[in-house]
Amino acid sequence: MKTKMRFTARLFAVLGAFALLATACGGDDDTPEAGGALTVAIVAPSASDDLAFTQSMVDAVNALDREITLSITDGTFIVEEAAAAIRGYAEDGINVVIAHGTQYGASLAEIAPDFPDTTFIWGTATDTQGLDNVFAYHPAADQGGYVNGVMAAAISTTGVIGVVGPIEAGDAVAYINGFVEGAEAGGATVNVTYTGSFGDVALAAEAAEAHITNNADVLTGSAQMVVGAVGVAVSNDVPWFGTQANQTSLAPNLVVASQVYHWEVVLEEMLALRDSGTKGGQAFELNMANGGLVIEFNDGYSLPADVKAAAEAAIAEKSAG
Amino acid sequence: MDDFFTTSVLVATAAAAIRLATPYLLAALGETIGQRSGVLNLGVDGVMLLSAFFAYWTVLSTGNLWLAALVALLVGLIMGVIYAVITVFFEATQGISGIGIFIFGLGFSDLMFRQQVGTPKPVPRLPSVNIPFLADLPYVGEPLFQRSLMTYLAFGLVPLTVVLLNKTTFGLNVRAVGENPQAADSLGVSVERTRFAAIMIGNAFAGLAGAALVLQLGIFQPNLTQGMGFIAVALVYFGAWRPWGVMGGALLYGVVNATVLQWKALGIIPVSISDLAGMAPAILTIGALILLARRVHAPAALTKPFSRH
Repeated sequence: MKTKMRFTARLFAVLGAFALLATACGGDDDTPEAGGALTVAIVAPSASDDLAFTQSMVDAVNALDREITLSITDGTFIVEEAAAAIRGYAEDGINVVIAHGTQYGASLAEIAPDFPDTTFIWGTATDTQGLDNVFAYHPAADQGGYVNGVMAAAISTTGVIGVVGPIEAGDAVAYINGFVEGAEAGGATVNVTYTGSFGDVALAAEAAEAHITNNADVLTGSAQMVVGAVGVAVSNDVPWFGTQANQTSLAPNLVVASQVYHWEVVLEEMLALRDSGTKGGQAFELNMANGGLVIEFNDGYSLPADVKAAAEAAIAEKSAG
Repeated sequence: MDDFFTTSVLVATAAAAIRLATPYLLAALGETIGQRSGVLNLGVDGVMLLSAFFAYWTVLSTGNLWLAALVALLVGLIMGVIYAVITVFFEATQGISGIGIFIFGLGFSDLMFRQQVGTPKPVPRLPSVNIPFLADLPYVGEPLFQRSLMTYLAFGLVPLTVVLLNKTTFGLNVRAVGENPQAADSLGVSVERTRFAAIMIGNAFAGLAGAALVLQLGIFQPNLTQGMGFIAVALVYFGAWRPWGVMGGALLYGVVNATVLQWKALGIIPVSISDLAGMAPAILTIGALILLARRVHAPAALTKPFSRH
């Protein structure tokens, strides 16, 4: 009995010490000091290194100028899986949960009210669904699409340009509409194929082949399945215009330019608001004027000077609003 | 529509259809052999993913396309051993076991890709091999005889599978254990060994299907197959467990997909109904299955584990 009591006393002592240590180390408020360390989680539909939608957000969080502990759950194209991950992160006390997919909106509307101290960042979306702990974001992807379209029309010799899109939704449709507008302004004919899938690389490749059969000599596309289409562009020596992330590594000699999303521009604003006590309730746009959308030219592709000048004029026009 | 009915577009559509059909055909042929022995394998997609990744990784590391195909074949065989042990010797429920294999393949290929590769990097694609004389034939030369060796292999395996199933002792045993394993067993046929071999062949074909996919595309990314393996299983039903029927199903699926893509590119299908049109291949397959379901019957012992006791 004595031994047991001694053991119990020791146990309580150890537990007590741990408790004191935990109290000393922990804070009583999960809102960090301004610009201080944050725990951030990203839930996204495709791979974090997809050279497209998801990678653009991962790169952006890593580019933030503050101490971040980042957790990622990617490849959650099934909304229920994403919802479980979002809720799990909130339950774990993560400060900021980024739900990087339009399709996660309905889940967020259910989850966010249960965690008022957590900031949820959701996009692409133009409104916060009335939730005061949700920030929304969307890119004005049509701006970069327009600039790419201007360049594509200028370098096309057949006057036919092919576009490979996923599903007619979100920033993909904005980019494609902008691209069509820019290319048609330059006198080109633009054929658009939505494959019906964000992930079907084989269909994207065949869609690109179909465009080339129909005389397209310049290609572009949006979403993570375009890696297949880029492969076809390489096989046929056809220039490619990228969006979402810099896709030069896929075709170093054929990617003319990429519209790159710099989400960090709006993320910084959101986190500054959070630091000041505003946990959500506002929507942000990524555009050329605020530096969130940047056209990155590929030095490995020799773009004629007049075409680059036309692109820079279009960028200036879009930046000026 | 006139733009579609031109020689160049029709030839390109036929070529696209054959490219699209190749991985489906390989996977479905293998599944046909497995199912004729009474074993359903819903893990085909997982085996394809694993094989595709390892083939891709091999090309990335060595640049050798044929070594990549061999590696994919070996991965298929290894997965075949695992699946055969689970379903034949442990007599586990085939449906659940297959889904387990699929989930493993999906997850492990994803994990390996992230650990070993990271960002997608293009690799060389399989070159076209022109068959002398035939490749120059008008209209049919380009789509049929200017293809990759993997495509020739896939279509060449169709008659070989017919012969295997119908003209060899092994094929007779496969069909016997798929219809009535107790009777086959009483006649001295080893049901376990026959099913084990059929599963191995089926998984090897699935491995080649993964290789065909990744070597045609020249790229890998997580979940590259997008459920192709499940469609391959459906094509076995579509083809009424006969290799020629399976080939017809794979070609039909490829033709519909290729035609829809061409029509979209030509603007024949408006963008507003683009997504709806993309469902055409799946709707066609389901429709055909409904029609065929009344006329054909599956191997009687399909999905039923065999036990002497």
